[in-house]
Amino acid sequence: MKLVIIKYNAGNIQSVLYALERIGREAVVTDDAAQIVAADKVIFPGVGEASTAMEYLRERGLDAVIKGVRQPVLGICLGMQLMCSYSEENDTTCLGIFEEKVRKFSGEGGLKVPQIGWNNIYDLRSPLFEGVADKSYCYFVHGYYAALGEQTIARTGYGETFSSALHRDNFYGVQFHPEKSAQAGERILRNFIDLI
Amino acid sequence: MLTKRIIPCLDIKDGRTVKGVNFENIRDAGDPVELGALYAREGADELVFLDITATNEKRKTLSELVNRIAHHINIPFTVGGGISSVDDVRVLLQNGADKISVNTSAFRRPELVSELAKEFGSQCVVAAIDTRMEADGQWYVYLNGGRVKTETKCIDWAHNVVDRGAGEILLTSMNNDGTKKGFALDITRQLAEALPVPVIASGGGGIPDHFVEVLEAGKADAALAASIFHFKEIAIPELKGYLQERGIAVRL
Repeated sequence: MKLVIIKYNAGNIQSVLYALERIGREAVVTDDAAQIVAADKVIFPGVGEASTAMEYLRERGLDAVIKGVRQPVLGICLGMQLMCSYSEENDTTCLGIFEEKVRKFSGEGGLKVPQIGWNNIYDLRSPLFEGVADKSYCYFVHGYYAALGEQTIARTGYGETFSSALHRDNFYGVQFHPEKSAQAGERILRNFIDLI
Repeated sequence: MLTKRIIPCLDIKDGRTVKGVNFENIRDAGDPVELGALYAREGADELVFLDITATNEKRKTLSELVNRIAHHINIPFTVGGGISSVDDVRVLLQNGADKISVNTSAFRRPELVSELAKEFGSQCVVAAIDTRMEADGQWYVYLNGGRVKTETKCIDWAHNVVDRGAGEILLTSMNNDGTKKGFALDITRQLAEALPVPVIASGGGGIPDHFVEVLEAGKADAALAASIFHFKEIAIPELKGYLQERGIAVRL
């Protein structure tokens, strides 16, 4: 099993690496196209700003590499948002793997933006959530969210109800941080590696 | 629904967890990594590690400790203490910290907050504010671990750091810290209502009802405490169970 974490100009790569170590998995952090394409599983993490991240990926041709991967890919947080079609964050055209668009939280009703903390995920419909109870709590940090759509495999409410996970073909995305979501997060990472 | 967070704080001195009363009289409370891992298992929502002896010579020790914490803990954690530059923060984040907190250095040079938010994103910048209510009834900002008074009002400084990109406020009331007589509800509520970012209340939590008060009446998004957890006066599962009984959304 060769696990690759895509290296780019977004944070939390180290956290993902350590989380994998905690569940007994080793991963390679790389931006090398050949290594990414040859991996068994690919994790596309990210904390940061959408337009800067997309620009970085395009400059290095990583946008085409990611879209071309045939093995299972898991986008995390910004990684998932970049896999969507478009983000309102600085009017950014994204990878277009998922049809959903990424919108900014309105903050209506006095809700603080970004959402920071533990919220539950429900209506779980994917082997990614095997053994994960409905309404399990996961850790979120985000000011933007992917709308609900055909590819939604988990929902979460924060003012709006949004896609806390998406799936299309070999591509999976989660808005929360499994690497920081205690036992529920570890189970989801294991499921991605072992089941999918 | 988004839950309220319970955050144990570990003050670190020379690699050990310590806790003072009213910012003084430091007592030893154990190994920070062991303690942090225990809290994570018990259901803590986040951890804060504050290096109260951080100096340039100690920075390497701190980054090593952070690295060890990151390897053992599966919930988010914040690191603070003596952070004064983008480079300081880069090292800590590279070693696995999720957020960093800045206090005195940000007050001395407020551009630091803007620089950190731009470089790493607001989500990882926590502005820690130590405040004390003076005889005039106003809350003032204190620096250097509570040793230096300023003439700046807490609410003004809080607005300033949020405008500069701080993603959360960690508010410690020096009047309440270490007393176990309850959190400072008025200033916590004032900030929580005025600011668009989460406010973590700190200082004074002694019994579960104090947490109920600060999360409800105080409008805090999270409550932080140290000694009551370190000395096992309140267990985290028991506290969170109590909050849930009182109708507060918590992760159990």
